[in-house]
Amino acid sequence: MSLFNFARKKQPKSAQTAKNRLQILLAHERSGGGASETDYLPMLQRDIVAAIRKHVSIGDKDVEVRMERGDEMSSLEINIELPLTGAHKDK
Amino acid sequence: MTTEPKNTPPLGRVIVITSGKGGVGKTTSSAAISAGLAKQGFKTVVIDFDVGLRNLDMTMGCERRVVFDFINVIQGDAKLKQALIKDKRVDTLSILPTSQTRDKDALTKDGVEKVLAELKTEFDYIICDSPAGIEHGAQMAMYFADEAVVVTNPEVSSVRDSDRVLGLLSSQTKRAETEGAEPIKAQVLITRYDSTRVENGEMMTVEDVLEILAVPLLGVVPESKAVLRASNVGTPVVLDGPSAAAQAYEDAVSRLIGTSVEMRILGERRAGLFKRLFGRAS
Ligand SMILES: Nc1ncnc2c1ncn2[C@@H]1O[C@H](COP(=O)(O)OP(=O)(O)OP(=O)(O)O)[C@@H](O)[C@H]1O
Ligand SMILES: [Mg+2]
Repeated sequence: MSLFNFARKKQPKSAQTAKNRLQILLAHERSGGGASETDYLPMLQRDIVAAIRKHVSIGDKDVEVRMERGDEMSSLEINIELPLTGAHKDK
Repeated sequence: MTTEPKNTPPLGRVIVITSGKGGVGKTTSSAAISAGLAKQGFKTVVIDFDVGLRNLDMTMGCERRVVFDFINVIQGDAKLKQALIKDKRVDTLSILPTSQTRDKDALTKDGVEKVLAELKTEFDYIICDSPAGIEHGAQMAMYFADEAVVVTNPEVSSVRDSDRVLGLLSSQTKRAETEGAEPIKAQVLITRYDSTRVENGEMMTVEDVLEILAVPLLGVVPESKAVLRASNVGTPVVLDGPSAAAQAYEDAVSRLIGTSVEMRILGERRAGLFKRLFGRAS
């Protein structure tokens, strides 16, 4: 019996990790109301590229978007590779 | 983990992990096999074909980093490079997650072909984690494959479904439809094998399963506690410390790349040895 209690008290660490991971992920998925919260990202990226293109000419491949979801907050990292020369676009 | 980059052109080999029956260990195997290949220095990408029920991201532990997915790439909303997630543990490993919100129809044959063609220019191995069933998603996962790993549990419905899938592999795929093409190389991976129950006559033996399916054996992965542990923490089992399951997957990976490894069935007794040696549960 005591052995049983001991086993119960000491919850395996990996199970706790599983629970935490799920809680974070599902909080994000549910907040999207069924649709993934990141569904707007392609549009957002297109708009950002369009805005930058008004000033500099960049290719679609020069944009890198990275995401890190957290329980408190998430961060979105957008890296844009600017061309070395001809930064100013002549109208 | 840093691995030696290779200076040869990529192999570009497409391998589908399929089964017919659900829940037999396709995603677990996709994660373990892709991580195992990457560990050996092969540039490897693992693709989730289970549209609408994304799970590979969790198994690989990159669920918080998904921005764009396979479907975004097929539909032209994102570049492939933007959707690929680089594994943080093995630098030769990438993950292409699927969409959680679209449906399977978003997987078009042309779209899949284009993405695979692009991946082939960069990767040695392209591992396709198939959804369960034999519907559209599963068909798309297997259609362009060069090789297939048919994941089978030693249990009647799983073996029956594997047989069905083997039939589809030899008839409903690009290689099957192309005159003169070599057929898909199909091998069976028996998972959740329990030696104790086999000894007690409660579970079919490896020989029983092979006799019925009549295809080569890639490996035997024992029922192992290490699999749940690894999935809890989001780590492919081969990257999560020594275990009988990890060893079995490593062996399977060696056979996949053409190294001959003696077939051994790792089980509870072996697991006991692992426990004594490394102090971790199997
Ligand atoms: N060798 C093993 N020992 C113990 N448990 C295992 C083993 N292989 C897989 N499992 C467990 O079986 C369950 C199903 O595994 P998995 O998700 O890999 O199957 P799947 O074939 O991808 O399922 P689906 O058809 O839903 O995509 C998981 O809970 C996993 O932890
Ligand atoms: Mg799966």
